[in-house]
Amino acid sequence: MDEPAIELAGLGRRFGERTALRDVTLTVPAGATLVVLGPNGAGKSTLLRVLAGLLRPHAGTARVLGHPLPQEGWAVRGRIGLLAHEPMLYRDLTPRENLRFHGRLHGVGRERVEEVLEAVGMTARADDPVATLSRGMVQRVAAARAVLHDPELLLLDEPLANLDPAASELLEPLVGRASGRTRVVTSHDPAGGLAGADLALGLRGGRPAICAPAAEVAAADATALYA
Amino acid sequence: MHGKGLRTLALLTALTLTAAYALVFFWTPNDADQGFVQKIFYLHVPMAIVALCGFVAGGIFGAMHLRTRDGRWDLRAYVAIHLSQILAVGVLVTGSIWAKGAWGHWWLWDEPMLVSFLIVFLLYATYQVLRFSIEDRERQARYASVFAVLAGAFVPINFAVVRMAESYVHPRTLGTTTGGMPGEMMLTFLIALAGMALLFVTLWKYEMASKNAVAEVRALRLRLLGDDDALPRRTAAPTL
Amino acid sequence: MLTAVGAILRKDLLLELRTRESVPAMAIFAVTTLVVFHFALDRPTLAGDLAAGVLWVSFLFAAMLGLNRLFVAEEEQGGFDGFMLAPIDRTSLYVAKALALLAFLAIVQAIAVPAFAILLLDPSLWPVLPELVGVLLLGDAGICVVGALVSAIGIRTRARDLIVPLLALPLLIPVVIGAVEATAPLLAEGGAEPLPGRWLLTLGLYDAVFAAIAYAVFDDLLED
Repeated sequence: MDEPAIELAGLGRRFGERTALRDVTLTVPAGATLVVLGPNGAGKSTLLRVLAGLLRPHAGTARVLGHPLPQEGWAVRGRIGLLAHEPMLYRDLTPRENLRFHGRLHGVGRERVEEVLEAVGMTARADDPVATLSRGMVQRVAAARAVLHDPELLLLDEPLANLDPAASELLEPLVGRASGRTRVVTSHDPAGGLAGADLALGLRGGRPAICAPAAEVAAADATALYA
Repeated sequence: MHGKGLRTLALLTALTLTAAYALVFFWTPNDADQGFVQKIFYLHVPMAIVALCGFVAGGIFGAMHLRTRDGRWDLRAYVAIHLSQILAVGVLVTGSIWAKGAWGHWWLWDEPMLVSFLIVFLLYATYQVLRFSIEDRERQARYASVFAVLAGAFVPINFAVVRMAESYVHPRTLGTTTGGMPGEMMLTFLIALAGMALLFVTLWKYEMASKNAVAEVRALRLRLLGDDDALPRRTAAPTL
Repeated sequence: MLTAVGAILRKDLLLELRTRESVPAMAIFAVTTLVVFHFALDRPTLAGDLAAGVLWVSFLFAAMLGLNRLFVAEEEQGGFDGFMLAPIDRTSLYVAKALALLAFLAIVQAIAVPAFAILLLDPSLWPVLPELVGVLLLGDAGICVVGALVSAIGIRTRARDLIVPLLALPLLIPVVIGAVEATAPLLAEGGAEPLPGRWLLTLGLYDAVFAAIAYAVFDDLLED
């Protein structure tokens, strides 16, 4: 696995006339964690969606897991896990039914579904409709959905936002550094985010204001993004 | 690029159309059954044929846009479709006038041209609504192209089905049967058809040239003045 | 592709079973429309052309109800994203949704046709039941092929509830023409007449052409 997991060069993306991302250039080696910092509207979620292949780049190039996007987007589908603001779960179905559905789309069997349900501690409530679960529980099921197919690359949009410490600990081996996967994590916590990452990208107004190894970035610089 | 030869084309169109309608009024004989009113046929049918071709062309341009993602194809489709839509209104109006003059009713359900155009008109009336309801201009273009392809394929199928549906014992000779026409009528008809086709192409090129010029000016303003304000607000027309 | 279609279809049927959002409303609407027709036409019974027309209009309107809700769960609950991330052929979503709509329509018709027979129809349905089912399926296929595509077009626009019927109804007129022409002889006054083959062929051709088009363009609709 010498190939870097992510290679971006001059990446740009706009929505109508508004430029959401501009000139993003970075390389993320396999197994590393990239933290993306910045205020709301800076383009963090957009970046994740481009990496996931849900949005096509309007400028520059993007290579994910060795394949150029969007030309070879189909080659990386199924190797990426996305945990976004939207849990991507059907509210009237149960966690088990939701996971089984996603499992079928990804070619994953029932045993794996039970495995991840167990890993996020949701086996007890696995047969209650998602609409009846608390936000923290929904987040846990969403995380289960994200790792169900054992992706090489994890894209996490504020993954621990709705979770209590116990739940966060539960998810750590699945979506945290311990999982060994390449990860791109957005965070509103400069100090914590930097501590848990190898690389840091700070976005402001869609442009990279910070782009360096996490160890070289001072928390103060990261906080300055919000100024 | 589109503006080249526009003047010659316009001249040619004017000549052909004048020739055609001069012939209609001064040369071609009156129809035995319907009299003078039948002459509207030389306006109604060419409009219909050109409009049908225009809608299908719109569908082809839409398909090209989907294939190449080049916004110019979407613009071509947009112009073709809205010119054809105008012609479609003309078809309905002239058809109605003819129906009233020749048969005493403002509308005829057993005239397949009229009926198909009513359906087609209603369908394409949604084109602008659809475009306007999508703000993101790339998505607007893409969805509009899907519509253009769908509707463009629909037009000939619809015509065929409607025609099958009305059982014709005595086909009214407004549009559908051009067979059995005496020579002078056929000649005039062909000239009128050519004139209408030229008119469509001229108007299409004119509008393309105009829209391209506007887009170029905007691009220049953007580059030289950084003037983002030059961008239009929400619009149904494609912006390049 | 087939596994994906199966998975999505299963999910949709499960959701419908659990929430009962579409089918009961569609069925009630279809039957109510029939009743309204009785009063609007001021006749105790119908046969032939009129019966066929009333029947298909009721189905068409019930289908419009179903169309509006076809992609709602995906749109509102982030389903499109989850689907786009999966390593499957994206057209399978279209196929699955068309089949789901077909299933819903079939259930609605299973309720509405007997209701129609009891409330409004003069001649008896029993002798022509197999042919009727065949025509219903052909017509339904047309409605579902075009409907699923139009629903997908409409779901991501602002004026969703407006766009879907505005687009679908003109596009479906040939289906109505064909279906009514094919159904009318079955419901004829003096006893059922044979099925007009050319109308069945027309319906079939329409279904095939639009299915092919939908298959080709659906991918472009899903992208952002």
